[in-house]
Amino acid sequence: MANTRGAAVKYDSVQKSYDGETLVVKNLNLDIPPGEFLTMLGPSGSGKTTCLMMLAGFEPATHGEIYLNDRPINNVPPHKRGIGMVFQNYALFPHMTVAENLAFPLQVRGVGKAEQQDKVKRALEMVELGAFGNRRPAQLSGGQQQRVAVARALVFDPELVLMDEPLGALDKQLREQMQYEIKHIHENLGVTVVYVTHDQTEALTMSDRVAVFNDGVIQQLSTPDDLYEDPQNSFVAQFIGENNKLNGKVVEINGSECLVEIDDGTKLKADKVNVAAVGDRTTLSLRPERVEFDTVDTMDNLVNGRIEELIYLGDHIRVRMNVGGNDEFIVKVRNRGEKRKLAVGETVRVGWALNDCKALDAVV
Amino acid sequence: MSDTHAGEVLTTQDGKPLKVALAKALRREKLRALALIAPLLIFVLLTFVAPIVDMLFRSVENGIVEETLPKTVVALQEWDPTSGTVPDEAVFVALYDDMAVAVEEKTHTRLGSRLNYEASGISSLFRKTGRGIKRMDEAGPFKEQFIDLDKDWGTVETWQVLKRFSPRYTPGYFLNAFDAQQTANGIELKPEDERIYMYLFGRTLFLSVAITVSCLLLGYPIAYLLSALPLRSSNLLMILVLLPFWTSLLVRTSAWKVLLQQQGVINDFLVWTGIISDAGRLVMINNQTGTIIAMTHILLPFMILPLYSVMKTISPSYVRAAKSLGANDWTAFWRVYFPQTIPGIGAGAVLVFILSIGYYITPELVGGTSGIFISNRIAYHISSSLNWGLGAALGTLLLVAVLVLFVVYDKIVGIDNVKLG
Ligand SMILES: Nc1ncnc2c1ncn2[C@@H]1O[C@H](COP(=O)(O)OP(=O)(O)OP(=O)(O)O)[C@@H](O)[C@H]1O
Ligand SMILES: [Mg+2]
Repeated sequence: MANTRGAAVKYDSVQKSYDGETLVVKNLNLDIPPGEFLTMLGPSGSGKTTCLMMLAGFEPATHGEIYLNDRPINNVPPHKRGIGMVFQNYALFPHMTVAENLAFPLQVRGVGKAEQQDKVKRALEMVELGAFGNRRPAQLSGGQQQRVAVARALVFDPELVLMDEPLGALDKQLREQMQYEIKHIHENLGVTVVYVTHDQTEALTMSDRVAVFNDGVIQQLSTPDDLYEDPQNSFVAQFIGENNKLNGKVVEINGSECLVEIDDGTKLKADKVNVAAVGDRTTLSLRPERVEFDTVDTMDNLVNGRIEELIYLGDHIRVRMNVGGNDEFIVKVRNRGEKRKLAVGETVRVGWALNDCKALDAVV
Repeated sequence: MSDTHAGEVLTTQDGKPLKVALAKALRREKLRALALIAPLLIFVLLTFVAPIVDMLFRSVENGIVEETLPKTVVALQEWDPTSGTVPDEAVFVALYDDMAVAVEEKTHTRLGSRLNYEASGISSLFRKTGRGIKRMDEAGPFKEQFIDLDKDWGTVETWQVLKRFSPRYTPGYFLNAFDAQQTANGIELKPEDERIYMYLFGRTLFLSVAITVSCLLLGYPIAYLLSALPLRSSNLLMILVLLPFWTSLLVRTSAWKVLLQQQGVINDFLVWTGIISDAGRLVMINNQTGTIIAMTHILLPFMILPLYSVMKTISPSYVRAAKSLGANDWTAFWRVYFPQTIPGIGAGAVLVFILSIGYYITPELVGGTSGIFISNRIAYHISSSLNWGLGAALGTLLLVAVLVLFVVYDKIVGIDNVKLG
């Protein structure tokens, strides 16, 4: 980030409980450097919004401290935190025009009339809505409202912007377009962005780093490619991208490799990521596009599988197979226009490299 | 799809025009819908529209003079009321014929009381004449005999009143409702000490505004609390809000009597704590204060419910958004939350105001003389003085006042801005 003017955020051992019985956020430690685009990704109810609301000041932390630019902010009221926020339903004020909505944060800060108009105009141009200043929010399409919400969160030059599933209400095409626009705005302005979504594609395309949440705990915090290539546990492997699971038991460990006997007796070599000792139960994780059909003799792992179903998808063919007792084993075959025909019921040899096969914690 | 050209009539497969076929298909639906609402429609027509039309009619209707004294009315057409002289013999002949019939049918006293509203003394004139008419000489002349019987027949004013009220329709009741009267010199306001209706209308409006404002001030925070609380506690609170609906109006009003009277609970408590002296007990009932307090209590739910239903739909994220944009609590409320509740305020205010402007029982019970409304006067004319025409005219004015307010309100706030639920 060339022109960083973002804020640094730090969660220090933050816990949150609404009812005094269950912890919704369990011991959160998170360091966000200035100018980063960090995404909180996770299934519904995993505590993402709660983390965001604590940062924005709308929910008090039950324990721990949150720092903004090294300043503890637990006792700072929301309106003094200077954090821009985009809400899931946009929360544009329905009784004000678009321009009045944008001028609102400037008015309450006592910015002069001329400067207000100037800033509002620039913010509207930034989101390409220059001509819409006099409309009411209800007269805008979903995508336009969304842009106004982004512009409003940025118009008072905050150092930190929070977005809680801002694209959740848009259709797929518009969502993709807006992802790029938000990303570009972030790159141009250099603000720190904390973004919440449960859409993994969105998280992977937009973020510098992704924090995968489950059950109030960050399961993994890494760059998008690390998340896909090196999942640290079964939840992450399962949640990010498509994934084949093979359950088994560790029979041998050699440094960073291990040998796993899966439940039908086949022995497979795997990258030892999240297993402790010989005898432990483990789940092997394998991406569908890393499995090969032909020229497999040189591969680390070789097994026979029966083809159960073929789905033609144009650029690739999805093959559902029964491998090692798992009949949900998916293989993606690139469509190279070859003559070789796969047939349902046929038994074929498939193989994959040791590094593509991760031995992770066991799932039941 | 074949495109249709302008002017070409679309038809169904068997050649009927599409519109006709559609109308036929929809007719059954419409009939069924009509049948469903028919009972209510008939009920409303019979119990609401018809009485109102009747009331409008009664406020100007004045057939009684012509019905009781038909010949006199005709004969009087010749007479010039500004001439300063009593009508001639022909009119008295007609009067004799009419009175003979009226006495037979005993309708002359009714006419007497009707005309007494316009000029006092006429009632007794008619009763006296009714008693004396049998003793009159049928051969005439009648003028002297009538004047002998009661000298009022010899005054121009009596005849002016008769002539003025001989048409079938009269503005008299309305003039009365405006504290005005028709005199020989045209329309004039009544003497100062007899004007009461305009003053009562003014008081009714003023007290209704006061009640509406106090309902708003008390109801707004409660409605907000209701909308912000979690469902379980808000249900309980809602029951408390609705509690007044479940107790009899009379019981509640009487309870206020117990609380507010000078020897009542509140005064006793204040004296006991020493805040006021025994001699200085507050007068809180049988005056305007009593009316305002009791009616605010009774009408409060009508303010709270529309407010609540509007506030419930306002997502808390608006206020959060305002705060995240830098607004403090007050600014967030005033600039963002409050404007969105205006439709609820409008609905509640209109409802409370219109209900209170026509309220009767509570002002009657706790209003004393200084706290009664125009409706109490209407009730008096309907059930005690039996001057239905004046009652109807006052009622009509009240109706018109409400409609005018409605139109004004529509112009300012917009009726489609009103949300009841
Ligand atoms: N105001 C509240 N009172 C009580 N419990 C709450 C409250 N808000 C959230 N929760 C609970 O806290 C947990 C986490 O909620 P949170 O809203 O943070 O999830 P999320 O990750 O944002 O989910 P989603 O993707 O559905 O928005 C959930 O179990 C939820 O029921
Ligand atoms: Mg959420």
